[in-house]
Amino acid sequence: MVGLSIKDPAREQSMFASRAIGLFAIIVFLVGLLVLRFVHLQIWQYETFQTRSDLNRIQVQPLAPPRGLIFDRQGELLAENRVSSSLALVTERIDGLGQTIAQLAELVSVTPADISDFESRLKRKRRPFEPVALRMDLTEEEKAVLAVNRHRFIGMEVTSELIRHYPYGELFAHAVGSVRRITEDDLRALDEVAYSGTEFVGKRGVEKFYERSLLGQVGYQQVETDAHGRIRQELDKEAPISGQNITLHLDSRLQIAASAALGERRGAVVALDPRSGGVLALVSHPGYDPNLFVSGMSSKYYKDLSQSLYTPLFNRAINGQYAPGSTFKPVMGLAGIVAGTTEWETIIEDRGFFRLPGQKRIYRDWTWTRDGAGGQGDVDLHRAIYRSSNVYFYDLASRMEVNDIVSFADQFAFGRHVAVDVADASQGLLPDPIWKQGAKGEIWYPGDNLNFAIGQGDLLATPLQMAIAAATIANRGRVVRPRMLLASDAPMAEVDPPLPLPAITGPSPDDWERMVDAMEAVVHRGNKGFRGNGTAWAYIGRDIGYRMAGKSGTAQVVEIKQGEEYDEEELDEFNRKHAWFIAFAPADDPLIALSVLVENGGGGSSVAAPVAKQVLDAYLLPQLATASISVAPRRPSQADPIQ
Amino acid sequence: MNQDFVRSLPGHERNLRVAWLHRIHIDPLLLLLLAGLVLFGLVVLYSAVDANSAQFQAQLVRIALAFVALGIAAQLPPQMYMRWAPYVYIVGVVLLVLVLLFGITVKGSQRWLEIPGVTRFQPSELMKIAVPMAVAWYLHDRVLPPSIKDVCVALAIVAIPAGLIMMQPDLGTGILVAGAGFAVVVLAGLPWRWMGYAFLAFAAAAPGLWYVLQDYQRQRILTLFDPESDPLGAGWNIIQSTTAIGSGGLTGKGLLEGTQSHLDFLPEARTDFIIAVIGEELGLVGVLILLSLYVLIILRGLVMAASAESTFGRLLAGSLILTFFVYLFVNIAMVSGLLPVVGVPLPLVSYGGTSALTIMAGFGIVMAIRMHKAW
Repeated sequence: MVGLSIKDPAREQSMFASRAIGLFAIIVFLVGLLVLRFVHLQIWQYETFQTRSDLNRIQVQPLAPPRGLIFDRQGELLAENRVSSSLALVTERIDGLGQTIAQLAELVSVTPADISDFESRLKRKRRPFEPVALRMDLTEEEKAVLAVNRHRFIGMEVTSELIRHYPYGELFAHAVGSVRRITEDDLRALDEVAYSGTEFVGKRGVEKFYERSLLGQVGYQQVETDAHGRIRQELDKEAPISGQNITLHLDSRLQIAASAALGERRGAVVALDPRSGGVLALVSHPGYDPNLFVSGMSSKYYKDLSQSLYTPLFNRAINGQYAPGSTFKPVMGLAGIVAGTTEWETIIEDRGFFRLPGQKRIYRDWTWTRDGAGGQGDVDLHRAIYRSSNVYFYDLASRMEVNDIVSFADQFAFGRHVAVDVADASQGLLPDPIWKQGAKGEIWYPGDNLNFAIGQGDLLATPLQMAIAAATIANRGRVVRPRMLLASDAPMAEVDPPLPLPAITGPSPDDWERMVDAMEAVVHRGNKGFRGNGTAWAYIGRDIGYRMAGKSGTAQVVEIKQGEEYDEEELDEFNRKHAWFIAFAPADDPLIALSVLVENGGGGSSVAAPVAKQVLDAYLLPQLATASISVAPRRPSQADPIQ
Repeated sequence: MNQDFVRSLPGHERNLRVAWLHRIHIDPLLLLLLAGLVLFGLVVLYSAVDANSAQFQAQLVRIALAFVALGIAAQLPPQMYMRWAPYVYIVGVVLLVLVLLFGITVKGSQRWLEIPGVTRFQPSELMKIAVPMAVAWYLHDRVLPPSIKDVCVALAIVAIPAGLIMMQPDLGTGILVAGAGFAVVVLAGLPWRWMGYAFLAFAAAAPGLWYVLQDYQRQRILTLFDPESDPLGAGWNIIQSTTAIGSGGLTGKGLLEGTQSHLDFLPEARTDFIIAVIGEELGLVGVLILLSLYVLIILRGLVMAASAESTFGRLLAGSLILTFFVYLFVNIAMVSGLLPVVGVPLPLVSYGGTSALTIMAGFGIVMAIRMHKAW
């Protein structure tokens, strides 16, 4: 075909026509391929792509359930939910992040701490176009300012969520506890589905114990979102179910009084209703504002809190384990009676110290002096309680089997955690020879009996446990389990009601009354000279409107060397004695039993007893006034041979 | 159609209603088909711009301007196109060189020339018409089918501007320009055999070509075969467009109801990926209507080219029609996942003015070639 070199228009035209037909055939073939491709996508694979398109646009989002509210016994709100608004940025939509933040900082407060928190949140794994919070807990005013200036900031979002709020702040921090932001560690332990909408979990106290019931049930909404994750419309919704509202035994007025009575001092107050075991007040000082754990605090502030020498995060009321000191003596005395080692009429001579037979070591009374002028003279059990004679109990313990003491004290729940619904309470320590052999590799010496008898040595108890002991004596032997929960709308999933504790066996009703009498004398026996007065009388017994039974305790923190006197002024703050007081009132028909601990406070009668009286006054005086119950006349003391 | 076809042939001008169109060198049937296509495109575009009236009106204006361009191009006598062909070509090549030297870089490609304060434009757009015109000019008085030497010269005329465009780099336009020029050679009678050899040579050279490609171009080819390897990055476009098309089914989700397009999952829904909007909202039925319109336009264009009286006219008109096909085929094949992603709009449907203007001007030239008498 190349051979011809003459142009032939007619031939060219017909060749063009055949070319055009050939090319058109190719075009039809290629268009056929396209049609086939579309049939493949739209007919044969239709369902696959239909599903994929729906998965693209339809998202299932969890809806956080409102957390159950917590009330005190009078219906005061202790923990509620509040709408909190946050300022968040979608960084993908922002050019010049630093500049945007600087401009926002002119409108609302943005601290350097906010910015560094924001930057650490930015580094965490997240979906594209997910807003990252810059400022939390905006005020109404700030929200308004941001709303007005919204158009100036592309990629800025103001979001709202329900967050926990504790209206009393620090007051109930240790009693009610708090929720905290779920950490990555928590996520491993928590049910992913149940917490899918929730950012907080109960971490302390009631909030922790009743977490399951307070949490509620997560809801869902099916929404249509665009490619940037923004919601365009709601398609379906399953509403969340609010958590259970609960009412506690706590009495906010009493809690306020207890906190005020402790004042600035480190310590704890635990008040129980001895009839039910209901915890009326539970205070641990110093405290902290639980709201800071919800809205967030600077890492420096948290460091200060967690590293403070005064350990504000530490719940002394349930986790502080201290030697109970002389507050253990009523238990010890009853143990002696029950074992038959002593009788109410038995009298010993207290010269201020005690020596075990054949030993040189001196076991001192608190009245001991170097010149040998100490001691309380003739002492029976009644007097040994109201004068808090160590020598009487040394003598008693020296004649007792340790296991008799232990098995009796065990009934008061020393060394055990018996509370119904107090999260993470410590057990204390009720030592015995087997424990000592295991823990210290030593045998039980006769001297251990002596320390045990005055609540020193290895015996440890929490303020909550001492409150149980007080309530048990108030109940004349009936032991109650402390409980926080008073009522709830529905049965609580957490509580499989524990069996009631058995009543104390051994003491007769008369023994209980005599012990109560002796404890009343601690408070009310006065105007009889220093060696005749109850230890606490001078501090609280002169002006009291009801019959209170109590026992002071002063627990040594450091050992005082043989032959030296205890001089508080010379000791470092943290080496001073702990002041204890346990009490209940009215003595004949107790409505309240409590324990007070003041860390490194000094004398139990001088320091802890006034705290106890203030708390009891706050609880009883209004009740006594309204019930117009006359103050019971003092019954004749049953055993007061010294008098 | 057949009757329209007959009626529109010269000498069948008894139909007075269309007679005036003939006087201004407009082919009524091709105009009707183009109008149908544009109308269909506008309906879909209305949905693709989310019923945004400002954008829709802007597009209406552009389409109107494109029809004006068609009308003007149809008035110029074909002799004039032939006379100007070499000069337009040379000016075009010079402009392409200037682009590489002084052009403005947008999104990593140097495609634009700017006359400061006046305008900016893409010389490569001009070459879509200038290159086939130049090849047709070169071949029109040679003996056809062309000799090896003529084929080589013709291919050189094509390769120079196509190469310059690909260096910008703008692979899509480069392929289209090369295709338009090559179409002339094919229409001039390049033996099928040679095309077979060329194809085999290309297949053999493909591994070597791999190393010539830019990284992003290689990525696009890899993505075609396995879009799921990077679903949020390179694979996103093709996954979302096939999802949009597939989920449309037979009859579609309805105009303005496409979730892929209206919830921003589908990228470039108004421009290069608008066929996915058609597939999603109007289903297979909509796609078939569109393809039918395209095929009819091509058929009508080829018939008109074949009945042109001069070799230059036949070659130029035929190649413009073939280029039109290459346009739509590359676009649709790309969006439906048959070809790698290249930036080619869907002719006369995608949002945007430049390509519509060039294409309509091309159809104007086809009409000029067919409708001017005595040539």
